[in-house]
Amino acid sequence: MKAGRRGEWLLTLPSFGWLLVFFLVPTLIVFAFAFKPSDPFGGVGAGWTTQALVGIADPQYAAILWRTVWLSLLTTALCLVLATPAGYAIARAEPRARARLLLLVIVPFWTSFLIRIFAWKVLLHPEGTFKHALVELGLVPEQATLLYTPGAVLLVMVYTFLPFAVLPIYAAAEKFDFQLLEAARDLGAGRLRAFVEVFLPGIRRGLLTAFLVVFIPALGSYVIPDLVGGPGGEMLGNKIAQRVFVDRNLPHASALSAFLILAVLLPLAAVLALQAQRRRSGVSGEEGA
Amino acid sequence: MKRSRLPLAVTWLLLAFFYLPIVVVVVSSFNGARFGSGFEGPTLDWYRRLFAHEEIWPAVVNSLLVAAGATLVSVVLGTTAALALHHFRGRLQRLHYALIYTPLVVPEILMGISLLLFFAAIGLELGLFTIFLAHVSFCLSYVAMVVLGRLQDFDDSVVEAARDLGAGWWAIAWRILLPLLAPGILAGGLLAFTLSIDDFVISFFVAGPGSTTLPIRIYSMIKHGSPPLINALSTLLLLVTFLAVWLSQRLRARSET
Repeated sequence: MKAGRRGEWLLTLPSFGWLLVFFLVPTLIVFAFAFKPSDPFGGVGAGWTTQALVGIADPQYAAILWRTVWLSLLTTALCLVLATPAGYAIARAEPRARARLLLLVIVPFWTSFLIRIFAWKVLLHPEGTFKHALVELGLVPEQATLLYTPGAVLLVMVYTFLPFAVLPIYAAAEKFDFQLLEAARDLGAGRLRAFVEVFLPGIRRGLLTAFLVVFIPALGSYVIPDLVGGPGGEMLGNKIAQRVFVDRNLPHASALSAFLILAVLLPLAAVLALQAQRRRSGVSGEEGA
Repeated sequence: MKRSRLPLAVTWLLLAFFYLPIVVVVVSSFNGARFGSGFEGPTLDWYRRLFAHEEIWPAVVNSLLVAAGATLVSVVLGTTAALALHHFRGRLQRLHYALIYTPLVVPEILMGISLLLFFAAIGLELGLFTIFLAHVSFCLSYVAMVVLGRLQDFDDSVVEAARDLGAGWWAIAWRILLPLLAPGILAGGLLAFTLSIDDFVISFFVAGPGSTTLPIRIYSMIKHGSPPLINALSTLLLLVTFLAVWLSQRLRARSET
């Protein structure tokens, strides 16, 4: 369809303009405000300073940053480990069962994010059902605290992000030619070896997408550590929110956010570069999708 | 060759894990005891108290207003974006695609804080209007992706045939593209509406006094309020969600036959 330059601009401009104003410019403002002084009224003052950048060099932030990274990495690893067999099983199910299983995975996606976190708060509560069940089973001692720990943050993050990991892995597994697995078995590979050396490389793209869609939002987690983490489970997102809502220091919040933006861009750029390199060297010639 | 049962077992365990908290919330909402430690007889007491709770209803109205407005605008912007991305190639569209795609992967808190700073910089007062602007900004990308997906299995020859028969671009848009794309646009709109109704993080950053939405109210109830009331509210919201999913499934089943 060749509607010409004018048609292209007419269709492109509304969304392009909107996102330019409400997405790109605000992101750039984050970097600009990191170099502004704060004023006593909760706004930003005139002139430029590195005060906020010096402020985030505080050792308390190093500990928070470290916790943010390891919690996000562990969440991503657990999600990938759990989502891979699930994606495999759904892709190999009969078409009718497949549609049902997929729907069952998607429905929690549609329910309110806050309510799912709240549900875990009820379960992990010192007087909650789940805690009682674990004590009855002898899995945890009576006086153990489950809520307000980094462990609780990890559990709820895995719970929240797992559907996001299952979907891309399933999508990749669905296109995988399962006869390759049988060929590997016929050639004498064990079940596990065939899975690791044939299936996993075959769904590489799905695994990479799953890594990105879990790891990046995990780095920016704020509500989960806020509601189930307590002071020992705080992450970078909590510190940004505290600078905004508690002591209203916008330049400080901007400096931390600028840091988070860079932390998010790093894995994104790495994965995109990896894919581009593969495409150039033609390694992934067999998977056009 | 015998297949391992392990993957299917893991899948069922995951589904149990997914639904366990949801089931607990629903059961607790009918439980007389406060923390679900033991079951003290079924009761509708929490629902009665919920309906008597004055602070919830204005928040529901605010959420519906924002979601309706954001859905309407993002459906228009998302659909034009998808059409542009589908029909044109070149540097402009590559940039356009990057601009549409990035908000999908950026953590919500970054979108929230950057919009807060932006509104502070231009001196726009925070309130329902700023929440609406923020919601359009993230819903747009989702709508564009859903409609783009629909366009990719679209038979372009229908449009060419119409043009050969002398249809102008307006007639093509209204009488061919729109009806054929309607299921995709509807699905995108439904997604936008759900995302807007459910959004907490971004709304929390750009909300002002008097613009409390339902998720913001729920958040403050979780922080300071009474758990059984939230159980009851959650159960009602889950019911609405399941109805919406069921409806959209029926809609899709109908459009495919």
